[in-house]
Amino acid sequence: MKANVWMGTDSVRVIDVPDPTIMNARDAIVRISTTAICGSDLHLYHGYIPAMRKGDILGHEFMGEVVEVGPQVRNLKPGDRVVVPFPIACGHCSSCQRGLYSVCENSNPNAGIAEKVMGHSPAGIFGYSHLLGGYAGGQAEYARVPFADVGPLKVPEDVPDDQAVLLADVFPTAYMGAEMCDIKPGQVIAVWGAGPVGLLAAASARMLGAERVIVIDRFPYRLRLAEEHAGAETINYDEADVLDTLNEMTAGRGPDACIDAVGLEGHHGNAAMYAYDRAKQATRTETERPFALREAILACRSGGVVAVVGAYGGFVDKFPMGAFMNRSLIMRTGQCHVQRYTRPLLDRIRRGDIDPSFIVSHRMPLRDAPKGYKIFQKKQDDCTKVLLTV
Amino acid sequence: MDRVDTMLLPELDGPVPTALPRTLGLLSLALGVGALVAPRPLARLTGVDDSPAAQAAIPAVGAREVVHAVGLLSGRRPAAWAWTRVAGDALDLTLLGRAMADRRGERRRRLALTTAAIAGIAALDVAAAIGAGRARRARARVIRMEVAVTVNRSPAEAYRFWRDMENLPRFMAHLESVHVDDLRRSHWIARGPAGHRVEWRAEIVDDQPNRSITWRSLPGTRVPNAGRVAFVPAPGDRGTEVRVRLRYAPPAGALGRVVAKLFGEEPEQQVRDDLRRFKQVLETGEVVRSEGSPNGISVRQQAMQRPAQPLPASRR
Repeated sequence: MKANVWMGTDSVRVIDVPDPTIMNARDAIVRISTTAICGSDLHLYHGYIPAMRKGDILGHEFMGEVVEVGPQVRNLKPGDRVVVPFPIACGHCSSCQRGLYSVCENSNPNAGIAEKVMGHSPAGIFGYSHLLGGYAGGQAEYARVPFADVGPLKVPEDVPDDQAVLLADVFPTAYMGAEMCDIKPGQVIAVWGAGPVGLLAAASARMLGAERVIVIDRFPYRLRLAEEHAGAETINYDEADVLDTLNEMTAGRGPDACIDAVGLEGHHGNAAMYAYDRAKQATRTETERPFALREAILACRSGGVVAVVGAYGGFVDKFPMGAFMNRSLIMRTGQCHVQRYTRPLLDRIRRGDIDPSFIVSHRMPLRDAPKGYKIFQKKQDDCTKVLLTV
Repeated sequence: MDRVDTMLLPELDGPVPTALPRTLGLLSLALGVGALVAPRPLARLTGVDDSPAAQAAIPAVGAREVVHAVGLLSGRRPAAWAWTRVAGDALDLTLLGRAMADRRGERRRRLALTTAAIAGIAALDVAAAIGAGRARRARARVIRMEVAVTVNRSPAEAYRFWRDMENLPRFMAHLESVHVDDLRRSHWIARGPAGHRVEWRAEIVDDQPNRSITWRSLPGTRVPNAGRVAFVPAPGDRGTEVRVRLRYAPPAGALGRVVAKLFGEEPEQQVRDDLRRFKQVLETGEVVRSEGSPNGISVRQQAMQRPAQPLPASRR
């Protein structure tokens, strides 16, 4: 089959690889119809995630048709159309049973290495380094899906791929970010980053009853999407001071909750600040560029919530612990427990509460994946989300 | 707790045996005190009463014996102290040889008897020194591990799975098979590098249903080993804390090197991975595999992961 594989920093290639087979009794094989490039795939592309190997198949957002199931999979049959959550979760460990699927205790065969880096191991993730399991990803014609009796959600025919594939990661991730804000009537939510997750987090916050949503980015075309599709106000941090503007907009209170939808490769309007963290990251004395996180902490209303759904991998410097502690802030975070959200969010899509596909800017065949990575990386052609069709 | 808690391999967990070194210490004490208190009768007994030099040397020999005695009776470093006795024996035998060279008759006969006695004691000293040294090195080689994992199953379920020893190779990576002979005894085969196999027989020495199992290899095994697993209810209704204590004593030499490779450079990490697999098998039904780690969890394989791509047909 054809698959998009990692070849090194800033390099991916579509090559021929063997077809997947059932390796565990609870596996299924899915013939992929649509797969997507995630913002976090760019962290791999840029070489910021350790333990990648040349030839690793990328991709953790995919859907398609079940073509084979292992002997222990009884809820699926060949022909079912399914979307597959990005965290691999067994459903039986105590984390899974508490709904914390992205910290499944059994799905990372390389838990030993992950423990050395993170203390305890999170779940395995499709196509996301050997630290997180060494699983082949879904930017391919076929994928093996472990624990297929737990993760995949059957998708009815009336929901198109453009909407359904977003249930694999970005929509649930964004929704969980909004949910973590514990939104009450009248509240103001600020979102850093107007990528797919930030835009959908803004839309989710509105859906959950936020009075106002403010989105912060520097790309006008993305801020326009936030205004048009998520009912958000916007701040372009290249043009305005974010903290001053937020204080002005909230009459000095600050947003009630802040969502970091940026993660480890942030950008800062102040060239000196950006250069400081960029240099530390380049010399590996810091693994992240946590501008959004620092700013979100400083901006947040005292006693408010900072929800972190942007991806981090290692350590941050200059964490404003003083502001965080003295102002009684709460931080909630986590890779999304997608399995918890797929069904309720599918229901919301079918009810018409939201159409998450407004973030999709590009559709192209799988063989053009290298081009897709390039335009997404460079934000060319007003790119927000690239879907690859197989 | 029960006695097996502190001692899984009594012949290797306990202190180095000191019976022979202590006996030799007592002998040293008797000889030393004798030589210091009654040098003249001793000189007559050994046939050197005609030499003033010998009369002076005997108390010195006695003082040296007292030093050996103190060292050997202290119980510390028995091998080293036994070797000091061997050195003393060599010195004594040299002196006796010289004395014998210029004596005839009864004195020569007594000297010959003394030499024979000292030679015999020297042989014992060498045996004690080598024995104590081996025992010390064997203890230094014993690998002790205590590792635990929490499994989301009841103690009874975890116990039942482990108690059927034939299940062990499903999660212990180094085992090829365990064959159960009867309720207590079993035959274990471990897979080593380059086709080496290590086999041993083991028996369950303590079995407390749903609480713990203790087993050890039968005497005569080339790789003595023992283990205890306890199944403790985890607080807050979170399943079972599975706590494992393992001991094994790889022999010296080639077999020892095979055993060392069997457990890898980080034996504790390997057992930790074994327990992770145990948890996977109990909670999910089998060992979880990925394309990069097609055989599941393994420290050794983590160092040489294959790319995350489906396996080629030839490797399935």
